[in-house]
This record gives sequence, structure tokens and C-alpha cells, in this order.
Amino acid sequence: MANFATNEFKGGLKFMLEGDPCSMMDIEHIKPGKGQAFTRVKYRNLMTGRVGEKTFKSGDSVEGADVMDIDMEYLYTDGEFWHFMKTDGSFEQVGADARALGETSKWLKEQEVYMVTLYNGAPISVTPPNFIVLPVTETDPGVKGDTAQGGSKPATLPTGAVVRVPLFVNEGDLLKIDTRTGEYVSRA
Amino acid sequence: MTDKVNSLLLKRAGLLNVTRLFFARRGVLEVNTPVLGPGGSTDPLLDSFVTQLEGGSAQSQTLYLQTSPEFYMKRLLAAGSGPIYQLGPCFRNGEVSRRHNPEFLMLEWYRPGWSLVELEHECCALVDELLGAASYTRLTYREAFLQQVGLDPFAASLDALRAACVACSGINAEQLDRDACLDLLISHQVEPGFKKLGRVVLYEFPASQAALAQVHQDAYGHAVASRFELYVDGLELANAYQELTAADEQAARFQADNAQRRALGKEQISPDTKLIEALQQGLPECSGIALGFDRLVMLALQAESLDEVLTFSALRW
Repeated sequence: MANFATNEFKGGLKFMLEGDPCSMMDIEHIKPGKGQAFTRVKYRNLMTGRVGEKTFKSGDSVEGADVMDIDMEYLYTDGEFWHFMKTDGSFEQVGADARALGETSKWLKEQEVYMVTLYNGAPISVTPPNFIVLPVTETDPGVKGDTAQGGSKPATLPTGAVVRVPLFVNEGDLLKIDTRTGEYVSRA
Repeated sequence: MTDKVNSLLLKRAGLLNVTRLFFARRGVLEVNTPVLGPGGSTDPLLDSFVTQLEGGSAQSQTLYLQTSPEFYMKRLLAAGSGPIYQLGPCFRNGEVSRRHNPEFLMLEWYRPGWSLVELEHECCALVDELLGAASYTRLTYREAFLQQVGLDPFAASLDALRAACVACSGINAEQLDRDACLDLLISHQVEPGFKKLGRVVLYEFPASQAALAQVHQDAYGHAVASRFELYVDGLELANAYQELTAADEQAARFQADNAQRRALGKEQISPDTKLIEALQQGLPECSGIALGFDRLVMLALQAESLDEVLTFSALRW
């Protein structure tokens, strides 16, 4: 992979740090009026999800990481791997393990398109769309006359995820969920 | 025009007025010197915008956008101008951040016959007028390091300085020399500690960071620069020198700068030869100071970035 010098650093740049691929989140140029310039980088380790900070001397460089974000459609799981297919017409498939899937398992739906992050060709994380529509498989019966105001109750989705919903929601209803917060948005 | 933009313009104009009145009352003359000239800053850690004069009746030549009006103002001082100040744009390449813009407004002034301490009092009086009165904490560079880093910047070994750099920043410190370590520690550990102190005057910098300041010995026998910096709420605002007046020493520093630039793989800068001539004619003993005016506006408006206080910052050209 190419090397990137400090003047090429930018948010989203994927680079190698201590053997792990990382993504730059925030870059700060630090320079005393009469002194040396430094670049302070806030980054996320893409393997562990951990956020860290590291300072580079002006002119230092980092090795780029072979990391790609690709839109892929979820197909099925064989219990060990979750299989995704490229949407570019190549029908190319990859299998993500439970670790790469992480919390996204709560928002999985066949034929939905996810952003799969590949490191050296292998999936390391799967990001769901911001909003997803899923049916309610189980919830207490709706209460007549109740409106959007008032209380809430838990509702279970086919993925096993549980979200808080208004009392009027019934089993079988389609719900729009914000996957970033895990919160109910509306009935779809 | 939105209320926000309007109030920014009014505030900025107000601060400029207060500044001009302050100097008028004190008999300091406002001057304008070129922002574009054939001599550039040789400082190895400053990058100039370089351009070319072509056509007209002049010979084609390389010109530099000035990183500070220092050389031209010193030529005026040598010619007998008396106390002078300037409010004008300065340019530094490669400097874009929350606290940097490649073009910025500098307030620079010189006091012939004044000591650095007298200039410090005047600087604090001006800042009191612009930002409201407050108390100032005076710290030597050494005291600040002992307090914030726990190391003596003059006595600590290079290994100890490098270890402190790694601990606070994660940097690969193998290549860092002594001054680089000190710069890193001051920006990562010392300055952030100044936030809670409000206004801080930092003085007696290591001689290696003298730039264009004279050098003297401190109480412990260390060679220190006759230089101070003013920090407000952790933001570096102004930098002052007891100015170097010896022509041969100035010429030697220009040469040393260019040698260091060569070692860093940076282009050579034509120094201002007429400044050397002016120093040979005789620059009066004087103290001088440069204050980042846009940063001062930032402090006055309690803004988080220069972008919020510039009409059109580099992020919105």
C-alpha cells in the first residue's frame, strides 16, 4: 500500500498502526509560533473499535491500510458466517463472522444493502443503513384509543432485537427503526 | 447580512479602533510596510508563499509574502522612525487549523530604548483594554515545565524528554531532537495547563529558541532568550523579543537557518540583505512584539476557531 505523509492526512483515511487497520476521525495541526509543527490524529482502530490519539511529526508518514467500504446485500447465514453479495453485478460473495457482524446482527434483513468493510479482502465490520424496516413478531396487545403520546412497551423483532414502541403498535406491524440509536421512528 | 456576521464585523472594527487609540495616546506611529518583498523569513520552521515578479519595467525576481513585517519595521527603526506599530496581513504556508489561517492579521510594534519588561507591561495594558482587565501569571519556561511536565527543560536528558513525549502523545520519538521534544511538550502538556491560569506570561526560553532575540544568562547560569510569550486561556497570543541588534550575529543566524533548511530538505530563502545593512548602520536597542490579532478577536468573542471570526477563512475562500 501507498504511504501517506502528514500533509495528506484527512478524515476517513485508513492506515496501519501497530498491525491494525485504523481510520482517521479528526486531524489537528499543532504549531507554536516559533516551533515545530505536529499533527495530532484521533483515530478508530477498525479491529477493536477502540478510539485513540497519536501525534506525528510534520513530514512523518503512515502506511495506508487495504481497507474498502463496499455496499453488499445480505443473503443468508449458515450459523457460522453471514453471507453478503456485491451489488455491482459481479455476484461476488463474502462471509462475515459474528465478530465482524457485531451489533449489526440486530438489524439484519435479507436483501437489505449493508456497508461491509473489507480489510485485505476479508470483512471486519458490517454497518447497517441508518433506517431499516422490520416487522414486530411479539408484543403485548395494543391499547384502544391510545395515541403517539403516552406510555411505551417492548416489541420483539425477528432478529431478536427489542425496541420500545408506543402502546398502539401491534404484532405484524412494520416498524421503521433508527439503527444508530436503536430507537423506534414510526410505523412503516 | 445576518446578525451574527454583523456583530462580528462590529466587534472586530471596535477592537481595531481601541488598538489604534491606545497607540495614538502613547505616541506610537502607525506604519505600513510591504507585504511582498525580495527578502523572506529564513526561519527553518516557517514556510513562505513564494511568487515571481514578471513584466513591467522591473527585472523578473523571486518575491516572498511576508511571514511578519519585522524586517521592514526594523529598517524603519534603524532609519530613526522612533516607536512604530503596524496592523497588517501576514502569510504562512501550510498553516491551517482551528488556530491557524495561512493569511492572518498581525499587530506588531517596536519600542526603541525599552526593556522587555517595559514592553510586557504595555502589552498587558493593551490586552486589558481589549479583553477586560485580569491578572497575569508570570512563569519562566523552566518553571512551567517543572509544574506541568515535571522535568527541567535545561537539565533533563534527551532520553527523559523523549519518554515524556511518548507518554503524552504516542509519537515515535526516536527522531526528535531536544527542541522538537520541548515544542511537543509545550504544545501537548504545558499550554493545555495554561487554560486554567487565564493569562500567562512565559519568559526565559531556551537560547536555542531565541530566533531574533538577544540571549542572556538566567539565575541558574543557563543561556536563555530575552523573549516572552503571552498566553490567554491556553491560546498563544503574542511573542516578544529584546531585539537582536548586532549585524554580524543576525547575518550568522540567517546562514545557520538556511543550513538547517538544507538539512531538512527545504528550499533556500534569500535573506533581507538590506536589513543587515540597516543593522550595520545601527538599530537602536529596542524591544518588539507580534500579536495575532485574529486570535485576539477569537478570545474577545469566545470563539472556538479562527474560522468563526474571519470574514472569509481558508475553509470558506
